[in-house]
Amino acid sequence: MTLVQTASGQDAMRIEQPSRLTLTLRYIRRNKGLAIGLAILIALALFTIIGLIVIDPKKAYPLSAAIKQPPSLKYPFGTDFFGRDLLAAMIVGTWQTAFIGLLAGGIGTLVGVVLGFISAYFGGRIDSTIRVICQILTPIPVLLIQVVVAGSLDKRDVTIVTMAMIVAMLAWMGPTLVIRAQVLTMKERQFVAVAKLSGVSDMGIIFKEILPNLLPFIAAAFVGQVFGAVFASFYLAVLGLGPLREPLLGNIIWSAQSQGAFFNGWWWWPLEPSFAMILILGALALVNMGLDELANPRVRRTE
Amino acid sequence: MTNLLELRNVSKVYTRGLTHSNPTIALRETSLTLKDDEPTILTVAGESGSGKTTLAMLLLGFIDPTMGEILYKGRNIRSLTGSERMAYRREVQAVFQDPFAVFNPFYTVDHLLTVPIRRFKLAKSKAEARDRMEEALTAVGLRPEDVLGRFPHQLSGGQRQRINVARALLLRPRLLIADEPVSMVDASLRANILETLRNLQRDYGVSIIYITHDLTTAYHIAKSIVVLYRGGVMEAGDVDSVIKSPQHPYTQLLVDSIPWPNLDQRWGEHAIIARESGLHDPGACPFMPRCPKAMDICRNRPPLFQITPHQAAACYLHDKLPSVDAERLSELLPA
Amino acid sequence: MQHMTANMIEPKQSDTNAIVPAISEPVLRVRNLEVTYYTDLGRAKALDDVSFTLEAGQKLGMVGESGSGKSTLALAMMRMIKPPGRIEGGSVFVGDTELMGLSEAGMRNARLNKIAYIPQGAMNSLNPVIRIGAQMVDAIKAHLPGESRAAINDRCVHALRSVDLDPGVFHMYAHELSGGMKQRVCIAIGILLEPGVIIADEPTSALDVVTQRQVMETIDRVQDQIGAAVILIGHDMGLMAQFVDKVAVMYAGRLVEVSSVREIFTDPNHPYARALISSLPNLDNKGVFQGIPGLAPSLLRIPGGCAFNPRCPNVMDVCKAVRPDVLTLEDGRRVACHLFDAEAAHDQSA
Repeated sequence: MTLVQTASGQDAMRIEQPSRLTLTLRYIRRNKGLAIGLAILIALALFTIIGLIVIDPKKAYPLSAAIKQPPSLKYPFGTDFFGRDLLAAMIVGTWQTAFIGLLAGGIGTLVGVVLGFISAYFGGRIDSTIRVICQILTPIPVLLIQVVVAGSLDKRDVTIVTMAMIVAMLAWMGPTLVIRAQVLTMKERQFVAVAKLSGVSDMGIIFKEILPNLLPFIAAAFVGQVFGAVFASFYLAVLGLGPLREPLLGNIIWSAQSQGAFFNGWWWWPLEPSFAMILILGALALVNMGLDELANPRVRRTE
Repeated sequence: MTNLLELRNVSKVYTRGLTHSNPTIALRETSLTLKDDEPTILTVAGESGSGKTTLAMLLLGFIDPTMGEILYKGRNIRSLTGSERMAYRREVQAVFQDPFAVFNPFYTVDHLLTVPIRRFKLAKSKAEARDRMEEALTAVGLRPEDVLGRFPHQLSGGQRQRINVARALLLRPRLLIADEPVSMVDASLRANILETLRNLQRDYGVSIIYITHDLTTAYHIAKSIVVLYRGGVMEAGDVDSVIKSPQHPYTQLLVDSIPWPNLDQRWGEHAIIARESGLHDPGACPFMPRCPKAMDICRNRPPLFQITPHQAAACYLHDKLPSVDAERLSELLPA
Repeated sequence: MQHMTANMIEPKQSDTNAIVPAISEPVLRVRNLEVTYYTDLGRAKALDDVSFTLEAGQKLGMVGESGSGKSTLALAMMRMIKPPGRIEGGSVFVGDTELMGLSEAGMRNARLNKIAYIPQGAMNSLNPVIRIGAQMVDAIKAHLPGESRAAINDRCVHALRSVDLDPGVFHMYAHELSGGMKQRVCIAIGILLEPGVIIADEPTSALDVVTQRQVMETIDRVQDQIGAAVILIGHDMGLMAQFVDKVAVMYAGRLVEVSSVREIFTDPNHPYARALISSLPNLDNKGVFQGIPGLAPSLLRIPGGCAFNPRCPNVMDVCKAVRPDVLTLEDGRRVACHLFDAEAAHDQSA
């Protein structure tokens, strides 16, 4: 933040610029949704990371603790019918949910970005093909397909990773079309023409000129994908189609429900993972909405 | 002496859909030759829809002609590869109208200058690159410390456009296509930018094609002029003669509508006939629907008639004079 | 309050109309208008104590560089300044109505009815999915809810004819019209309710020179028909020369000179106006370019004293310390410059 004096003594045209940190903080103050969502996610991440260091993960699996214990000092989250320490289960489960979300979300976004760019930049037949495939696959009822696929797999084959694959397999069309639309617009912008005049190759234009401008969009798409993936893994697990051994949050609910937890008075068993799920999905939704606002091209004031 | 850039009977026609219906003739059978050793400033004047932007896009190799060919140093630009193509890119540059749109908002304004330096290997080290950038910026009247490192939205329109011109200076092209370079810039700054362009031609031997609809600035900066209307050349020649004594009814209408900053020079002598929307006859003179002097014979496109060695108009009002082939358009333009 | 103002209206030399009468009630009085923008980077004084008067049938040209405050002035008069901007003071009288004191509903009524604004790029803000006619009818209905269908249609047809458009345009969509036609539609909408003041903000900036002339001639004719006052905002001095009677020059949010159009071109008072005029290209001095050195100040950091002092060729010590007031000279011209301190007395109203 300096004010430059020119040789002639008059104040330069330089306006005092507040530091980037100040501007960032001011923005967060304005966009509260984004701030709150990020705060919750950071808190959950800390919970998981610190938890994984402190807790013995074996406690998250059956027969490791006294059964059906309500929350107490020894077991802060209580235990369930199978003898799982629910605190450990929640920690491991949250980590696994995050893993599925990030992996499936990442795959969906990556495929979307690559296909979207190729389709928009090169146009012609490639564009038509990709676009038509996306448009044909979009109306397919995703839930049904996921249930069918997950249901027909051998129980032993269903792992965290396969869950992620199932969730990602029909998720990439949305980002592809959205990114394609954005690249189509960007391609016509004059700074791309100037880059061509400056001798930049096609690849150079894609990676150095267009891609950086789409980062907010891609981030927003990624968060949306993660949201979708977490949600999908949740409902598949609740239906009992998940990797049953793992303490995925949805699995805990499913097993609680199948043992009639509420009727038996073990209220803590289904409530804790439900609450956690609401927190995770809610936070992701807030961040998604917040990023949407950031990604939308703002109208620049001409002087 | 090879010709730097040559358009041979180039036409650009846009059609709609699979059936190629509703053809719009953006540019019609135009030939132009730009010599390597005679840097000049040529104005291409016309309103929107005249084909002037199409001409710029063709010269820059951004679009392909429907008919005819475009040659760079004797070779069709479509067939250029590798280092030849880089040479073409380096030697044919542009300054565009919108000072803001040419900047990639993700980067600082330095990006506009550093990228071509790197791609065309104009400097051997970062220090040398910085020197050349500062040299160019100073030459357009900017203080490098005021603009380098800043983002485009932090600068004024005038500063941005000057940076664009600095980029052109940096590259020292052989041909610079300036598409309405001052129309989005404040009046007080136009003089500075136009002067820089003129110095480019005078001191560095850069040929400039100045595209505009503003005849006053064209008069000050150019030597020769081509007036386009709906894809066809209406009048061409020495800029003094064409603007001071226009021979084509369209040019006369243009000159008459110039808002002179002079209370004793009023516009509005000629009434304006509204442009009819709707299809017009592609075989006729494009100006016929709006021409106050239209005759039946105008249904056949008139050729260029030579009024003086450096002025010709495509109008049957001058049909007593010898006609000029479209291919020889460049001969009418003074060097 | 009826008195003959010193600003006589220049008789028009065009062949389209007779001389406009010299005596009229001031239809627009702007007094001490102030607008500030509160931004992340500080406070920008976009308008600083701006006052002027306009008679019916007069055409005022408002010139200045980008950022000089001319568009802000128009928005302020229409009370369309949005946060982070705020109107901090001043009054605007259209006829007998004071606009700043009106309620929201009152101001909504006054817009288009008493004072119309044709913004920059208006032709691009015509609703693309509604026919032109429907947009015009909407505007009328909002102000005259009781009008019969027939009366509304009459108004629309009359307005379209006034701008030289075929009444068939009523049934067309915006994309079917050319740029010039769209702009004339915007003018037609502006005159639907025959307001007393029309503000046109760079109405021809995207149009070619022939269409520009056509649009300006339209505004001229329309103004004669309804007897309105017109404010033309722009930076093209040539356009001003061909169209307006009076010119007001803005710099850094301040009014620095008000003179008749002939006086501004032949004998500008303020050094900034002088520099502007001498930087204009004309047919007599081919190849001579004379820009104004330096850059206009950012509104966030206006120099102390006179805003123009860093670039002024006639700068004196007092200019750096004391901001010049807008003085009224003997001939009725107004200027804010210390060079004229001796000539004129301080003037509060005009």
